[in-house]
Amino acid sequence: MSSDQEAVAADAAVEALEVGRQPMKRDEIVVCRDVHKWFGQVHVLRGIDMTIRQGEVVVIFGPSGSGKSTFIRTINRLEEHQRGDIVVDGIELTNDIRNIAAIRREIGMVFQSFNLFPHLTALDNVTLGPRKVRGWSRQRAEEKAMELLKRVGIPEQANKYPAQLSGGQQQRVAIARALAMQPKIMLFDEPTSALDPEMINEVLEVMKELAQSGMTMICVTHEMGFARAVADRMFFFDEGLVVEEGPPSQIFGSPQEERTKQFLSQILH
Amino acid sequence: MSGADLDLPRLPPAPLPPPVSTVGPAAWLRQNLFNSWAGSVATVLLGALLLLVVTASAQWVLSARWGVVTENLRLLLVGQYEPAELWRVWLDLAILSVLAGLTAARGSAPLRTLTTWLAAGQLLLGLLILTSDIGPTAAGAMLINAGLVWLGYFAGLRAGLSSRALSIAWLAFIVIAVVLLHGIPGSPLRVVPSVSWGGLLLTFLLAIAGIVLSFPFGVLLALGRRSDLLVVRALCTAFIEIVRGVPLVTILFMAAIMLPLFLPSTLRIDAVLRAIGGITIFSAAYVAENVRGGLQAIPSGQIEAANAIGLNAVQRNMYIVLPQALRSVIPANVGLFISLLKDTTLVFIAGLGLLELLGIGSSVLSRPEWFGARLEVYVFISAVFFVLCYTMSQASYRLEAAMGVGKR
Repeated sequence: MSSDQEAVAADAAVEALEVGRQPMKRDEIVVCRDVHKWFGQVHVLRGIDMTIRQGEVVVIFGPSGSGKSTFIRTINRLEEHQRGDIVVDGIELTNDIRNIAAIRREIGMVFQSFNLFPHLTALDNVTLGPRKVRGWSRQRAEEKAMELLKRVGIPEQANKYPAQLSGGQQQRVAIARALAMQPKIMLFDEPTSALDPEMINEVLEVMKELAQSGMTMICVTHEMGFARAVADRMFFFDEGLVVEEGPPSQIFGSPQEERTKQFLSQILH
Repeated sequence: MSGADLDLPRLPPAPLPPPVSTVGPAAWLRQNLFNSWAGSVATVLLGALLLLVVTASAQWVLSARWGVVTENLRLLLVGQYEPAELWRVWLDLAILSVLAGLTAARGSAPLRTLTTWLAAGQLLLGLLILTSDIGPTAAGAMLINAGLVWLGYFAGLRAGLSSRALSIAWLAFIVIAVVLLHGIPGSPLRVVPSVSWGGLLLTFLLAIAGIVLSFPFGVLLALGRRSDLLVVRALCTAFIEIVRGVPLVTILFMAAIMLPLFLPSTLRIDAVLRAIGGITIFSAAYVAENVRGGLQAIPSGQIEAANAIGLNAVQRNMYIVLPQALRSVIPANVGLFISLLKDTTLVFIAGLGLLELLGIGSSVLSRPEWFGARLEVYVFISAVFFVLCYTMSQASYRLEAAMGVGKR
């Protein structure tokens, strides 16, 4: 066991005591039961059920306004859900700040608009979390960060500021930043939607590599090529509900619901 | 196209000089000063006016009674500070010079600008002191200090101190400087009571203390005004709005008259402290409003990203929100601090019994031998303020330019 893994294991043990981790069924890592959310009067999530196993790659797609982004943002409490249960790796997502912190330590997130910290270099963007949240030394955090920047293919950009990088490079730094916290689960919220077409592939390649390495991934995306290649299951969202779920072969080959067929025919030309 | 054209070899035309009428001083004059009939008349009239003003001013400068400045220079610089203890002021300045030099060696362009001005200012002051009643020792000290700035700079280039060491040194300097000025009761370092501090020394003290204290106070107020806790938010908002609705002079009057009335007679707060308190409270409310503007400009995605990597609220503000927000409001805050420096003159009106630069100037003028030398004193005071404010605004421009790196 490497020292990194030991540290994570030790962290996890401490958290388990603090937040009262509940036992989960074998290899289930995210369990959502009847999740509801309202924005004012608008009922945006109308009872989502989803269980994700360790190492699974899940793609969520659907028309805009269907609640898919809102849903994955409830998993790490960027949005609060108002009814139902969310359990991540045995930790129940409640209003208790310790539970929220423990869950956020398990989840990495990549945003549509990158959200890199513009006043920090790429390297400092990646090292900030490990140094401040995990208390690593600068040297240790930088070694890990360089390893990750190599993994996403841009070690030579380490000392540049986000504004000096292309969109694709920024998104790859954002992926490295999320991975630096050594999460068990990665959330991707339309990671390629803000990119110029020629940069989409470099980000998808990194995501494919990550999927093949066994990372649990929940991706909101309309990149159907990516979904076909690496997704284990796909969820079609519409009007705050899961309309259809199944493996890519079913979704692309023989969708069961009329609404799914209609939507796919619009985005697959 | 006919074939004949193609047979001839085409030579590129040689570059021609521009027409004489568009370059050179004569052309510049015509374009800028005499471009039309009306423009020419305006140029001549304004030129004549300018000449008149310049010659009149020069005549006045040459014939003015500058003795009122040179013979009272000690008062204007340090007020009633005991002449025998003046070495403490010069020693403070010497430490400041070395520290500024050391910092400039590590720092960016704005710091180097400030430090250059510090050296130049002390050089100028040294020359001024030579002509005055203070004596050659002080003048020598000033010239040595100017040298110390450069010495510190080159030592800093060699040693390469960490920014943490420099921060600690600056904090230590603030304490040492005040203790040195004030003295320690019952020790060989006699106490020089703060009521005797005055002149430029007091102006500096009020301005620097006001800036150093109101900045963190204002940042906290701005954060409080955006807090999720209703009580904190209400208190901060009320404080900011009330203070911004009141003139500084009133706050200083309260510090001078009301405070002693409400406090028990055994509890006497030092007048300098009361003045600093009033200035700090006033300035903090404005700093808070500036900073609030910077905080509002931070996109929500930044906060979400900070949350997603697991930073807590304090870390989020320390490492993500404030560095970006404060950077964007530096120009506005420097403007505020320039006003603060000039507003220290209101302390004189408020009747705290403190004589800063303007106050001591006025008290010099109340002596019979200097009746009629008002203009000389006020021109001198204006010149001092101008140099200080101009330095600050120059440093601020450099700061804005240096901020370009890593900008969104």
